Amino acid sequence: MDKVIVAKDLSLSYSNNEVIINKVNFSIDSGSFVFITGASGSGKSTLLKSLFGALSFKHGSLVVGGVELNNISGKKLNFLRRHLGIVFQDYKLVREWSIDKNIMLPLLINGYMKNVANAQVDKLLKHVRLNHQSGKYPYELSGGEQQRVAMARALAHNPIIILADEPTGNLDEYSSQLIWNLLEGANNQLKTTVIVVTHNIPKNLNVTYRHLHIEYGSVHEIC
Amino acid sequence: MKSVRNHLSLVIALVSILFSLQLYFVVERSIDAYKKNLSNNYSVIAVSKESLATEDIKAMNKLIANVAELSPDNVIKRLNSDMKNTNIELLKLSLPKFYKLSLAYYPTPKEIKELREDLLKSKSITKIEDFSHSHDTVYKLLLLFKNVVSLFALVVLVVTVLLIFKELRIWQYKHNERMTIMALFGAPLWLRSAVLFRLAIVDALIASFVTLGSFVYLSSSPWILEQFNNIGINVIVFDILNDFLMILGVSVSISILLASLIVIGHKEEV
Ligand SMILES: Nc1ncnc2c1ncn2[C@@H]1O[C@H](COP(=O)(O)OP(=O)(O)OP(=O)(O)O)[C@@H](O)[C@H]1O
Ligand SMILES: [Mg+2]
Repeated sequence: MDKVIVAKDLSLSYSNNEVIINKVNFSIDSGSFVFITGASGSGKSTLLKSLFGALSFKHGSLVVGGVELNNISGKKLNFLRRHLGIVFQDYKLVREWSIDKNIMLPLLINGYMKNVANAQVDKLLKHVRLNHQSGKYPYELSGGEQQRVAMARALAHNPIIILADEPTGNLDEYSSQLIWNLLEGANNQLKTTVIVVTHNIPKNLNVTYRHLHIEYGSVHEIC
Repeated sequence: MKSVRNHLSLVIALVSILFSLQLYFVVERSIDAYKKNLSNNYSVIAVSKESLATEDIKAMNKLIANVAELSPDNVIKRLNSDMKNTNIELLKLSLPKFYKLSLAYYPTPKEIKELREDLLKSKSITKIEDFSHSHDTVYKLLLLFKNVVSLFALVVLVVTVLLIFKELRIWQYKHNERMTIMALFGAPLWLRSAVLFRLAIVDALIASFVTLGSFVYLSSSPWILEQFNNIGINVIVFDILNDFLMILGVSVSISILLASLIVIGHKEEV
């Protein structure tokens, strides 16, 4: 199996130099489905940020999609990020753009034709059951609805890796199931590597998954 | 409504800069026109022992545009009306020659001094009347007027620039979020800043056209025309081609500079 992510002696900290993740080693196979759990404040989001190069680190090595992230150039990072689909814990929707345009962002960046992009946005809005909200702005949507927009945006350009930070954190049972089905689908049909930070792993999942747990700055394999 | 407000702050700032700039040019032009007007009415009198050729006088200083010999008849008439004609002819010959020198433009006091010295170098010229006292007063008044207007334009410029820098933080904050999100999805720098530059150029265009419109309106306003008429000058308040190009250049440069500052100051915060 190809390794899509390899971390060696990876240590992470913010500008205050407090060590959040301490010399961890792990690797993730291409096409796998991984859950990351851990107590609030344990460093799950921090680890995820490092995977899309939003957190520079001084110690260790981290290779994502064959690209070393330590001291990566801006150009290479842009290139890598174009193949990632990220769901942020705080959604990060562009507030002055309609939800359609928000979902279209990765398609725009990846140079999709306008009509292809439009069709893709319509399809995704249906998938996350938001087609009736088309044309609205993020602030006109509920928290859970915004979260589903963020999920649609992460899926839009068929990324190689999906990094989702608590993508069901604000959703009811029904909408959560919707999200799991979408992630399952991407993993099953497109062989997308899926990495999800969550507090509760769903019971009825149709994929084999790995479970990593973060505690005291270390990453443990649960299963 | 929101988008109008987005544009308004930069447009207003740009318009005020362009207005003070154009105002400065108008004053500059008015003063030039007025100086020309004054130079038409202003002349220097030179008294010479013997008759001089116009070309010789002109060669003495480049400021001299025209030379006219003043006829002594008026002086003689006042002296004595009973004099015999032959005596008058004799007197005429012995009288010095008076020349009225008109100047190319309205000179500075220093130029007048130089002119005076140049003329006196000639052996035949004995006396110069340059009316320098009244000239000085008018000249100082013009300078004062120009300085006051320049100062006013400068103050407007400084205040506006300060306001722009205060607004810059707000703009930075507003654009930072979108640019960060775009960067997180791998947008190259040009794409991230495209919205910003488009906005900046649109604002610069709006500001330029607002200024163009206002000045075109002003320059055809009867009140303004009357003001210039009253002091007998003809001033181009707004040269549609040259001034508009200048204004457009200034406002596009300023707004592109501002947009670049925002792009440079952009920090990715996740
Ligand atoms: N921008 C930051 N600057 C400094 N410290 C930070 C920053 N973001 C997070 N931290 C610290 O890093 C630690 C881990 O934060 P992180 O967001 O990774 O937690 P988490 O596991 O995602 O928690 P949660 O489940 O609540 O989202 C926390 O102690 C937090 O205070
Ligand atoms: Mg978190």
